[in-house]
Amino acid sequence: MLLRKTLLWKIARSFARQLGAIAALVLLGGLLSATFVRLAPGFDSDERQLDPSLNSESVRALRQSRAGEHNILGFYVGYLRGAIHGDLGTSHALGQPVQNLLRERWPVTVRVAGVGLLLAWLLASTLAFTACLWRRPAYELFGTTVSGAFLCIPAAVLALLSVILNAPGYLAIALIVFPKIYRYSRNVLAKAYALPHITAARARGLGELRILAWHVLPVAGPQMIALAGITVSIALGASIPVEALCGLPGIGQLAWQAALSRDLPLLVNLTVLVTLVTLLANSGADVINYMLRPREA
Amino acid sequence: MNAARKLACVVVLAVCAVSLAANWLAPAGYAKQFREAPSAPPSRQHLLGTDEVGRDRFARVLYGTRISLLLAPAAALVSTALAALIGGLAGYLGGIWLRLARGFTDLFLSLPWLFLLIAVRALLPLNTSPLVSVLITFLILGLLGWAASARVLSTSADALRNSDFVLQARASGLHGPRLFFVHVLPNLKPVLYAQFWISIPVFILAEANLGILGLGVAEPLPSWGSLLRELEGMISFREEWWRLAPLLLLIVVMTSFQTLLSNEEVTA
Repeated sequence: MLLRKTLLWKIARSFARQLGAIAALVLLGGLLSATFVRLAPGFDSDERQLDPSLNSESVRALRQSRAGEHNILGFYVGYLRGAIHGDLGTSHALGQPVQNLLRERWPVTVRVAGVGLLLAWLLASTLAFTACLWRRPAYELFGTTVSGAFLCIPAAVLALLSVILNAPGYLAIALIVFPKIYRYSRNVLAKAYALPHITAARARGLGELRILAWHVLPVAGPQMIALAGITVSIALGASIPVEALCGLPGIGQLAWQAALSRDLPLLVNLTVLVTLVTLLANSGADVINYMLRPREA
Repeated sequence: MNAARKLACVVVLAVCAVSLAANWLAPAGYAKQFREAPSAPPSRQHLLGTDEVGRDRFARVLYGTRISLLLAPAAALVSTALAALIGGLAGYLGGIWLRLARGFTDLFLSLPWLFLLIAVRALLPLNTSPLVSVLITFLILGLLGWAASARVLSTSADALRNSDFVLQARASGLHGPRLFFVHVLPNLKPVLYAQFWISIPVFILAEANLGILGLGVAEPLPSWGSLLRELEGMISFREEWWRLAPLLLLIVVMTSFQTLLSNEEVTA
């Protein structure tokens, strides 16, 4: 009973520490992004000020509307206060509340990046398991060549090629993420297969599938789960060129538009969101690994 | 060095040599417009045809390759120096400094690399002269690309901090910058070299991505990014195969780098 209580207390403490670290990193990420935007040369400039149809009063009003953003700490504290009450500010470039923009765009990215990620994992793990299970040089060479070729092509070129070939955006994301997953998982599996207990299992006549399920996956699994967390961030990064060039109205395209128009409220929100998703994905992988870890009785 | 690595080395050196000889191989230059022949197919006068405004594509590929291949190592040098300073110093000092540096690198690493790049690049003036835009683009790559290397270096420096020779040097009265620069940093050289070489292809790809998104090197100066942007208007691969030349060259160079770096990645 005491042991169980101690374990629960340990898990709760580790969980609280993890949440604290995530919150601190997200807040710092937002502040960092806000500081970058504020320090950028020409931060004050707004394309609308060049509109000849606006009189001096209107231009002054436009300048005045951004006056609150000059003191970066003041802006950030104000932003956080609003965020607590559910107000994420208004986008300068698109003239809409940020929460509306995120609500509209988020499903597109979840769908495109999610399907792309799923396809990438399917392709990479099929190739990696085939190369490790059957150990034929031809499979190994095929996997290495295909993944190497896609690693050499910039993400934006793959996005452009998908536009030219009328291929869906998620295919471009899958091809951007797949080589990274293949290279890493193939190395992890090869290392697991090289362990002495696998040789002993083979010598005893155990089938390859049984060896994989009972002896290789428990060793390689935690690293593959950690990789799954990291690939969420890679897929989010890949969604920027894919959505921008394929004309998909998701978070990636919004990030590109926000960066081009120096939209401080939008950029800060997107940084916070992207950091949060990345950290949650990595922490989720950690939690799964922690729960799957065998414990002494 | 095996045959594949030797071949990769020859390819990279050959591409570098040809791009450096651009002034002789393409005397017309990258900006000269042949207005009588816009979007022309390959001919004896224009080996890879011309672009929409009549500029010789072969000349632009040569000059663009030169820019990307010369400035990516420069950016890698900046990022490795920063990584050595932040990661190496934090690892050497240990304690709160190491924890702070790791927190800061974690923050940088938690943001997708391309998101960070486009955000920072777009914040800097976009209407600058072509030369300034080249410097800004590669400087940003160098200034933002240090985090992963710093993580590796801080771990290596942390291990060195408690090594026998550092303890002996401390016992002999050596401390501060002298101990770091004379004894710790030289022992980080293999990791520093590995990080430097690994960063080069990463920066070449990053510049290409920025260029395609319209945030890279400004016209009329060519780079692999701006050359690949031309693919946007492409209709058919079969009819305009010569427009794929920059992409094929980039793939060849990147494959060569990958082959060359297969050992460096293990060292890192």
